[in-house]
Amino acid sequence: MARHCSTRDFFRQMPFPPFPYAPKCKQVPRYKVPRYNDRDKLHRTTHGDLAMNDQFASKIAQLLAEDEKTLLEDWLREQKAGASWRPELMPEAELRRQCSEFLSLSSAAARSASLADINEAGWQAVRDFLADIARRRTAAGYTPSETASFVFSLKRPLFARLGAHYGADAAALSAEIWTATALLDRLGLYTTEVYQKARNEVIARQQEEMLELSTPVVKLWEGILALPLIGTLDSARTQVVMENLLQNIVDSGSVVAIIDITGVPTVDTLVAQHLLKAVAAARLMGAQCIISGIRPQIAQTMVHLGVAFDDVVTKATLADALVYAFRQRGLAVSDARLRA
Amino acid sequence: MEKIPILKLGDQLLVSIQVDMHDRLALALQDDLTARVVRDKARGVLVDISALEMVDSFIGRMLGTIAAMTRTLGAETVVVGMRPAVAITMVELGLTLRNVRTALNVDAGMELLRASMASEARPGGDDHPAQ
Repeated sequence: MARHCSTRDFFRQMPFPPFPYAPKCKQVPRYKVPRYNDRDKLHRTTHGDLAMNDQFASKIAQLLAEDEKTLLEDWLREQKAGASWRPELMPEAELRRQCSEFLSLSSAAARSASLADINEAGWQAVRDFLADIARRRTAAGYTPSETASFVFSLKRPLFARLGAHYGADAAALSAEIWTATALLDRLGLYTTEVYQKARNEVIARQQEEMLELSTPVVKLWEGILALPLIGTLDSARTQVVMENLLQNIVDSGSVVAIIDITGVPTVDTLVAQHLLKAVAAARLMGAQCIISGIRPQIAQTMVHLGVAFDDVVTKATLADALVYAFRQRGLAVSDARLRA
Repeated sequence: MEKIPILKLGDQLLVSIQVDMHDRLALALQDDLTARVVRDKARGVLVDISALEMVDSFIGRMLGTIAAMTRTLGAETVVVGMRPAVAITMVELGLTLRNVRTALNVDAGMELLRASMASEARPGGDDHPAQ
């Protein structure tokens, strides 16, 4: 017990909150400070127990290094027994390679850097390796929790070794297990973080692409444009749609533009306002807008909401709108068979 | 002081704004145009703003007031050639110019004026025969 300066410190090393009713928010900042460094300082000042501490902190690194072969076997066995064992996604040889590389990298890192902070430069190689396998596993079809349990599954074989090493010294064992579990948790969560970051990048890129792709302006006839809108209209999209439409009106010299909202899932007051803005801008440039593709459900909602496209021509379908536009332009479609 | 030229084309007046509008110029244009509508007995006014790159709320409103003034004097105003950026700005400023007729370019505006004059002449009978 001499290693622990107080009971409070002892409780802080426990992997669960000692007081279940203690407010969680108060504990958060405490977890953020590098506690082991603090405690080491405390030891140095109060007990001068430096040698003990260094020895205490380095056990995990030592265990990782000296026992790598059997630890690897145990770890592999553990993973094969677990739910995340997916031989159809990754052959055993590849898994073995990943495990042994992770063990050698992390034992090197544990020797050179603090176990409390994986953001240190010493853990760079481990972090890069984890980021790489997280990406590769995601591509292969693993779920993020399966990827994280790749790291978490090391706990049992490592804890077993710690148990064998410390034997009856329960206090030291619990401290060591807490160090190890905190470290492995951070490493496991790091893979999830990488996964999430990659996902967010994909989402951001897709959003950008969608904004560009989703607003085509089609020419239906000489002087008649159509703008089929698909998806929800927000301010950013309306801006793009409006600019696109107006530029196309100028370029093609069109006088009628049909805005088709068949693909717009909901029309609320905001969407209606956005549409009316586009219509007003087109009108200022000398083009008339027709809004088409209003589904019965949407017509009902619009009336209930009090949304009114007052001085805009609205039609139920694009076909109706096209006929109207033809009439505006003095054109008519006739059946060729009747004439013959 | 610079002035915006007003050209007479038959019974229509063509105003082409080629310089950056500032407020004094806009007020001078109002004076000139109303005087010319009366003097030339114009029945249509075409305001070409295709060279106008910037509008503020004052200039935007001025386009509306010009249209209202000429209508009071019996001439129809058509604003033609508004740029997309200008149109978006006007809408954002809340100036939708509901009472002003618009057209894509001078050609289309001319067509519009002619058509509206023809339809105006028809019910009235023979005092203004359609061309």
